[in-house]
Amino acid sequence: MPLLDIQDLKVSFHSRNGEVRAVDGVNIQVEKGEVVGIVGESGSGKSVTAYSLLGLIPMPPGKIEGGKALFQGTDLLSLGKKELNSYRGAKISMIFQDPMTSLNPYLKVSTQMIEPLEIHENLSTKRALHRAIESLEQVGIPEAQKRIHSYPHEFSGGMRQRVMIAMALITKPDLLIADEPTTALDVTIQKQVLDVIRDLQKDTGTSVIFITHDLAVVHEMCDSVNVMYAGRVVESAPASELISNPLHAYTQGLYRSNPSNTAKGQDLHTIPGLPPDLAKLPPGCSFRPRNTLGDPSLCLTDRKPELVEYSESHFVQNCPGCLARPEPSEPTTHA
Amino acid sequence: MNSSTHTATGEDPTQAEAGHSLWQDAWYRLRHNRAAMVSCVILTAIFVLCFIVPIFPLIDDPAAIELSEKNKGPSASHWMGQDQLGRDLLARILHGGRISILVGLITTAVSLTIGVAVGSIAGYASGRIDALLMRAVDVLYSLPFLIIVILFSAVARGQTDALTAWLADNTPLQYDAIAPFTGLLPLFIAIGALSWLNISRIVRASVQNISNQQYVEAARSLGLSHTRILLRHIIPNAIGPIVVYATLTIPSVMLFEATLSFLGIGVQPPHSSWGILIKDGAERLLSNPLLLLFPSTFFTLTLLSLNFLGDGLRDALDPKSSKD
Repeated sequence: MPLLDIQDLKVSFHSRNGEVRAVDGVNIQVEKGEVVGIVGESGSGKSVTAYSLLGLIPMPPGKIEGGKALFQGTDLLSLGKKELNSYRGAKISMIFQDPMTSLNPYLKVSTQMIEPLEIHENLSTKRALHRAIESLEQVGIPEAQKRIHSYPHEFSGGMRQRVMIAMALITKPDLLIADEPTTALDVTIQKQVLDVIRDLQKDTGTSVIFITHDLAVVHEMCDSVNVMYAGRVVESAPASELISNPLHAYTQGLYRSNPSNTAKGQDLHTIPGLPPDLAKLPPGCSFRPRNTLGDPSLCLTDRKPELVEYSESHFVQNCPGCLARPEPSEPTTHA
Repeated sequence: MNSSTHTATGEDPTQAEAGHSLWQDAWYRLRHNRAAMVSCVILTAIFVLCFIVPIFPLIDDPAAIELSEKNKGPSASHWMGQDQLGRDLLARILHGGRISILVGLITTAVSLTIGVAVGSIAGYASGRIDALLMRAVDVLYSLPFLIIVILFSAVARGQTDALTAWLADNTPLQYDAIAPFTGLLPLFIAIGALSWLNISRIVRASVQNISNQQYVEAARSLGLSHTRILLRHIIPNAIGPIVVYATLTIPSVMLFEATLSFLGIGVQPPHSSWGILIKDGAERLLSNPLLLLFPSTFFTLTLLSLNFLGDGLRDALDPKSSKD
C-alpha cells in the first residue's frame, strides 16, 4: 500500500465566470521514502492538489467535488477539523513558495519553531528548543544556538527557507509537501536549498511531494514525476524515463523550453498561447490549441483522453494528436 | 550539505548578534521623533501632577470654600488663583484632571476590548459570522450616540448611587473618595460600549489582510488551532494600528466627557473634571478669564500631546508611511 494514494481527486472553485475545475480527476501515488514531482505551468492545478490534502483550500469558493486521498489508509478529505489538525504539521508538513512571507515577522524564530512540537508532541519548552536548535543545525544554519533567537527579518531569503524546512521537518513527518520551494530564491541559493531538502529526505526517509515548474529541478530531485496540464495529469513516469523519453507534446514542450536543453545559437522553443480558461474547457483534449510539437488535427475533440500505461510504469494521456511525432524538420510556427 | 554550510557561513557574519524585534525598531524610530518625545514628557508630567502630587499635602483641598477670597488672582498660596467660590483653582484642576484622564483611559480600554474582540473574530471568521457582526456594527452606527449616552446615564444613576453606598459600607473606601468615580460608571460603560465601532472596523480590516499572509497559511499547515492562530499570529501583527487608534481615541473620549459635563450630565458637583472647569470658566469669561485659561491650557496640552504621540506612533509602527 502506498503511503499516499490520491484517487480521482476533483476540486473546483466557484468564480464569476462559472465553475473552475482546478483539479479534474487526478490520481497520484506516493510510496514511502519516495520523492514525487508534480510539474506544470501556473494554474495547472498542481498546488491545489497539494493544498487540498491538508484542507488548505479556502472553502468557499473552493469545493472538493470528489475523490479520495488515502494517507496510511485514512481518507484525508473526509477528516474533520480537529482530526486534520493532528495530521497537519505532525505527519504531513508543508514548505511554501515565498520564504519572505511565510514566517511571522513579530515572533522569534525559536517561538515559531517550538510551536508544532508543543502542539503535537507536548514537549516542554526547554526540550523543544533543544530539538529546534538541532533541526536548524541540520539544515545548515551557522551558529544555530544564537540565531534561533533572532527574528525572521534578520535572515536572508535562503536562510529563511532553510528555517521553513527545519520547521516542517522538526516533527519528523511521514510526508513533506514542498510547494515550489526554490521559485522565490536567487539561482545561487536554489541549489543549496535543494541539496538540503534532498539530504534530509535521504536521512529521514520522509516521502516528498515536490511541486515545481522546473523540469531540471525535477530531474535532480524526484524519483517519479507527474506532469499536470489544465487540472489533469497528462504524463506520469519515473524521472529518468520521463526526461529521456517524453511522450506527450506538452512534456516535450516543457523540456525543450529549458535553455540548457537547447543547443547554442538555436531558437528556444516556447509553448505558444496561455493555459486554457478552466471555466470553459473544451470537451476534448485541452492542449490541442497549443500543440505545436504533435499534430493538433489528430487531437481528441469529443472526449477527454484517458491516462494509459504506455510502457512499464510510464503513463500518458492517449490523445493521438499529442502523442504524434511529425518529422522533426517541420518548423514550429510560433517558436 | 557541507558545501552549502560553508557558503551559508559567509552570508551574514555580522548579523549573528541578538535579535532586534520590530518593536525595538519602532521604539528606535519613536525616540527620534521630537514632537512625540516632547509629548511623552508633557503627558508624564501631567500624569504625575494629577495622580501623585495630590496624594501629598502639597496642594489645598479642592472643596475648601473661602467666599471672602472669591475670584482672586494668582498669589503665593494659590498659584492659579481662586474660583468663584474661593476654591483653589490649581487643586481643582489637578483633581479634575484625574477624572478626565481616568475617563479617557478606562473608556478607551473598554472600547478596545470590545472592538478588538468583535473586529478580529469578524475578520478571521469571514463569511456569515463576519456579515452578522458587521451589520450589527452598522446598526449601532446609526443610533444617535449622544441621546443614548444621556438616556443610559439617567437610567443607571439609581444603580450607581446604590453601588457607591454599598462600596462605602462594605469596604474601607471613603464615600467621598469613590463617589466621583462610581458616579461616572454609567458614562464609562455607555461611551465605551458605543465607541468600539470604529476600532472594530479597523481591526477587522487589518485582520482580514493578515489572514491572507502566507505565515498564517503556514501556521494552519502546522496544525495550529484557530484560537492560537488568531491570538498568537494575527492579533500581534495587527496591534500597530490598534495602538495608534487607541492613543487617538483617548483625547476624543476626553473631549466627549467634557461635552457631557458641559451639558450637565457628566461629573456632578462638587467634583470636577476639566470639562466642568472649562464650563464654569466659560460662564465667567468676562469677570475672570483666568478661570477659563488655566483649565483649558491643561486640557489642550494633554489633547495635543496625545495626538502628537499617536502620530509619532503611527510613523514608528508603519515605516512605509513615514518620510525617513
